[in-house]
Amino acid sequence: MSTHKFIRAVSTVVLMCVPFVVHAQSKFAIGTPASEREIKGWDIDVSPNGAGLPAGGGSVAEGGKLYAAKCAACHGAKGEGKPADRLVGGQGTLKAAAPVKTIGSFWPYATTVFDYVYRAMPYSAPQSLSANETYALTAYLLHMNGILGAEATLDAASLAKIRMPNRDGFVGDGRPDTGNLPCRSECK
Amino acid sequence: MKKQADGANAARNARRNFLRNSAVLTGGAFAGNALAQNAADNAPPNVPAWMKKEGRALSDGQYGLPSAFEKNVLRRGRGDQVMPGSGSAMTPLQNLRGMITPNGLVFERSHAGIPEIDPAQHRLMLHGMVKQPLVFTMEDLMRFPSVSRIHFLECSGNTSREWKSPFGKSVQVSHGLLSCCEWTGVALSTILEEAGVQPGAQWVLAEGADAAAMTRSVPMAKALEDAMLVYAQNGEALRPENGYPLRLFLPGFEGNMSIKWLRRLKVAAEPFMTREETSKYTDSLPDGTARLFTFSMDAKSVITYPAPDHKLARRGFYEISGLAWTGNGRIRRVDVSTDGGRNWREAALQEPVLSRAVTRFRLPWQWDGNATILQSRALDDSGYVQPNRAQLVAQRGLHSNYHYNAIQSWAVAASGEISNVHA
Ligand code: HEC
Repeated sequence: MSTHKFIRAVSTVVLMCVPFVVHAQSKFAIGTPASEREIKGWDIDVSPNGAGLPAGGGSVAEGGKLYAAKCAACHGAKGEGKPADRLVGGQGTLKAAAPVKTIGSFWPYATTVFDYVYRAMPYSAPQSLSANETYALTAYLLHMNGILGAEATLDAASLAKIRMPNRDGFVGDGRPDTGNLPCRSECK
Repeated sequence: MKKQADGANAARNARRNFLRNSAVLTGGAFAGNALAQNAADNAPPNVPAWMKKEGRALSDGQYGLPSAFEKNVLRRGRGDQVMPGSGSAMTPLQNLRGMITPNGLVFERSHAGIPEIDPAQHRLMLHGMVKQPLVFTMEDLMRFPSVSRIHFLECSGNTSREWKSPFGKSVQVSHGLLSCCEWTGVALSTILEEAGVQPGAQWVLAEGADAAAMTRSVPMAKALEDAMLVYAQNGEALRPENGYPLRLFLPGFEGNMSIKWLRRLKVAAEPFMTREETSKYTDSLPDGTARLFTFSMDAKSVITYPAPDHKLARRGFYEISGLAWTGNGRIRRVDVSTDGGRNWREAALQEPVLSRAVTRFRLPWQWDGNATILQSRALDDSGYVQPNRAQLVAQRGLHSNYHYNAIQSWAVAASGEISNVHA
């Protein structure tokens, strides 16, 4: 072991005893190991398979009350939008002359509704909703879009199982899809 | 005693400067008029007034601002945003000259306002499929080996209003979600190596510390290729609206993915399908499907002079000038047409022509005073040729919103007025 490495190894052992631990195996040994507690506080994302969904649950009925109190002012009493995004309707319009893209008509995953509302809504008080409130609001938004019945409740297991109407509506990046030719003279 | 007297002098000078400065500011509206009236007084053979007195005090203790005569060179929004913090303010391309966008004019696009972040309290967390989850302070990140690179940043919604009909009455409004800076920071690959990426990791979720907690999934290949964690732009700390104190930067990718106010990176096997990569930033096609993960910005160009912001005062010589850029690599050639696309001439490219940076092009032109249409067409080193609008619409219809990169047409009227047209 080189002297340098030896010193680093020893200092690592010494530092183990204090809260600021330098990780040993890396090239630069810069940064502090993230504790589970620290990660838990920031790790708010939810994946399509349901990974990251917190414990708890909520009902369409509870969500309806929360929506009226915390969301309707910006998204409309029935999710029709104005001033902010429309959240309801538009199913069957994606091929139309004026497509209406909402949670119900366009979003491929229900988990994204939970993830987004939990992190970013209500717009003026983000990260203020509890997990239960977010389940309830997600349930209500899905109900308004005809995806859940009026009596439904949601929790981690049931949310991850929902299949959204436009689940298969996405394709890969089809570019390059425009073969222009660099004509230089008498082109038109 | 001496010290006190110095203090009093300093206060007096400061007051004098203040009065002088505020006179300039409040007088701004008629300063121009006064100048116009007396223009001849300051032209030869007369000695200009500003040579006959000492100029203003030096800038000790000040952050430099543009001349008061440049007061109209500002970022501007479209004025259609729902909330003050959700929208964009665009770069005045019609006023810029070289390839670099000054920091005060770099476009901004935010989804829930600009957070005020104390760099001493800011943290970046790196976790998920890594051997050692880590937390970095800003001081930590600045200790790593650093890199500086010049790259453009373009919102994929740039020119999105041009799909259906000519919209922008200014090149700032049509193309101003585009800027180009020198970015300094640490390679993302350096940080990932530091934590040790686990086998099977294919994606990195990047999350901002703004009220939107903006999140995008970044492919691991890009993270390792040329992604940067940036803390400086054009030599100084990032501006708050551009991500202070830390942002992700993905050269050539749609701007939204270069997450500002970066606080968290989570390594994973699968993409996260966030709202910003499903509901938004997907490109709808005529058959009702939408393209997902359209990351790269294709080759594009626009004439920034003359543009609808300008008026040709007389026939004669003009230097046509504009910007070309491509997320695919380098600009190889820019052709310019001064007859509505019939004939094209190769423009001169200003060096340096850098990968994933804007390239300034120029073409000398004699305007004969007749109505005509000006266009530019970029070719990049992947062989890609900037399309015309009909080709784009034929493939993608009218509802793709993002990634509109068609050849832009500026109509020059016999009056010298310039307007945005589809041609
Ligand atoms: C103060 C106004 C306001 C309130 C209150 C509000 N929102 Fe929003 N909401 C917005 C804005 C603005 C956006 C778009 C933000 C952006 O620019 O990305 C948005 C976006 C959304 C979206 C994404 C829409 C889409 O199609 O991508 C959802 C879902 C949503 N809000 C749900 C909610 C819920 C649930 C509540 C109540 C808990 C709520 N909002 C309260 C203003 C508001």
